Amino acid sequence: MTTYEGLRDSYKQILYNFLHHKNEQSLYEAQQFSKRVIEEQISPEEIVSIHLEVIEDLYPNLSSETRKSFEILLEVMIGYGMAYREHQILKNKQLELESEIDVAANMQHTFLPKEIPQLADADIGVISVPASKMSGDYYNIVKDGNEYIAIALADIIGKGVPAALCMSMIKYAMDSLPEQLLQPGQLLASLNRTVEQNIAANMFVTMMYASYDPATHIFSYSGAGHEPGFYYDASEDRFNELYAKGLALGISRDTQYREYQQSLSVGDFVVLFSDGVTECRNGDRFLERGELAELIRKYQDKTAQEIVDNVYRELENWQDFQLHDDFTLLLLRREV
Amino acid sequence: MTTQSSVEIGTEWGIVSARQAGRELSKGLGFSSVDQARITTAISELARNIYLYTKNGVIGLEVVNDGHRQGIIITARDQGPGIENLRDVMVDGYSTSGGLGAGLPGVKRLMDEFDIQSNPGEGTLITTTKWLR
Repeated sequence: MTTYEGLRDSYKQILYNFLHHKNEQSLYEAQQFSKRVIEEQISPEEIVSIHLEVIEDLYPNLSSETRKSFEILLEVMIGYGMAYREHQILKNKQLELESEIDVAANMQHTFLPKEIPQLADADIGVISVPASKMSGDYYNIVKDGNEYIAIALADIIGKGVPAALCMSMIKYAMDSLPEQLLQPGQLLASLNRTVEQNIAANMFVTMMYASYDPATHIFSYSGAGHEPGFYYDASEDRFNELYAKGLALGISRDTQYREYQQSLSVGDFVVLFSDGVTECRNGDRFLERGELAELIRKYQDKTAQEIVDNVYRELENWQDFQLHDDFTLLLLRREV
Repeated sequence: MTTQSSVEIGTEWGIVSARQAGRELSKGLGFSSVDQARITTAISELARNIYLYTKNGVIGLEVVNDGHRQGIIITARDQGPGIENLRDVMVDGYSTSGGLGAGLPGVKRLMDEFDIQSNPGEGTLITTTKWLR
């Protein structure tokens, strides 16, 4: 017996029972039947045809008007059948695409540092979460032989796959810069030339690049159109804006970037983030910078990693677990 | 292989005539009512493409026998603008954007075999077959 014949027999049984006993049991069986035919990928016009065959079997004296009316129903359902089959194919295509994106997302993950360098006198924490599977945020934290720390945080405008492709370009461009740690301003100027040559006119990248010298406790930084961070002054228990003037990368070839310096005392910290953090929103209400500062303050007695993790968790919850943009939050605190 | 019928598609009436011819032929061959409706829908879609996108064309219907089974071959031939990128029109989802190849992947799935030849400026020839099960 073919699947089709099996289904027809089941349908005949259900219909017969219903017509003779008219009870909810048969309707329940019909509902289960519909699940089965969907599983078997039987299209709607086939169900109409089964129905007609079965009813002709059960009532051989069906009026010719009734029988003919099924031709109209069949004709109408053919269109649904075509749409149904197209839907099946598109669904499979979507699964394929999704698994491709999973592979790409895994690849992309390897672009980020595997672990955060540990320092003798400073504590660093970072969290980076893409809005969908792939991220347009990039960060890197490296330490050289002199405990000198370099921090990069870039945000590609847009999100998803296009932003992720651009993000990989930033990663390779950074890798191809000279080994010795450049000063933040120089580094951005050099990176900007590469980005400008390789990026579409409608795309750009904002970035914050910083270095921290543990010998002098000087935090030097430059910015390319990036969301300002925070500098927390422990002696005054105050959050100040960490702003760096500069054009976003990829806009103009010969942009120069000014370098700023901030001396860190014990307990002071700096916070850098992508605009996915400040674009957190609940309904129409965006997160305000002051609220972000308060959130950080709430957890400030914890380790740097715990602070960023907790802030992320609260914001994730606050916006009903819907990230609107890639989210990266990084904190460096001087401990001794 | 003998040509059973050939219908000029210049007006919407032509579409109905082609459908009618296809239905009678497939019914005569013993196709089930679902398959009759599928063959007719395929003819309808192909004829509509001719009607909407080219000045005129012809739907041909033939009975075919490969030694084991019988079938019906539908041909749709036009001298219209042709299709620039066949791959595009054969991709699912394209039809919904209202392009040239309205429903060609759908037609392909209604039938058993499907072939399309088209050159820009030279028109299009679609050949599609349904075998009797």
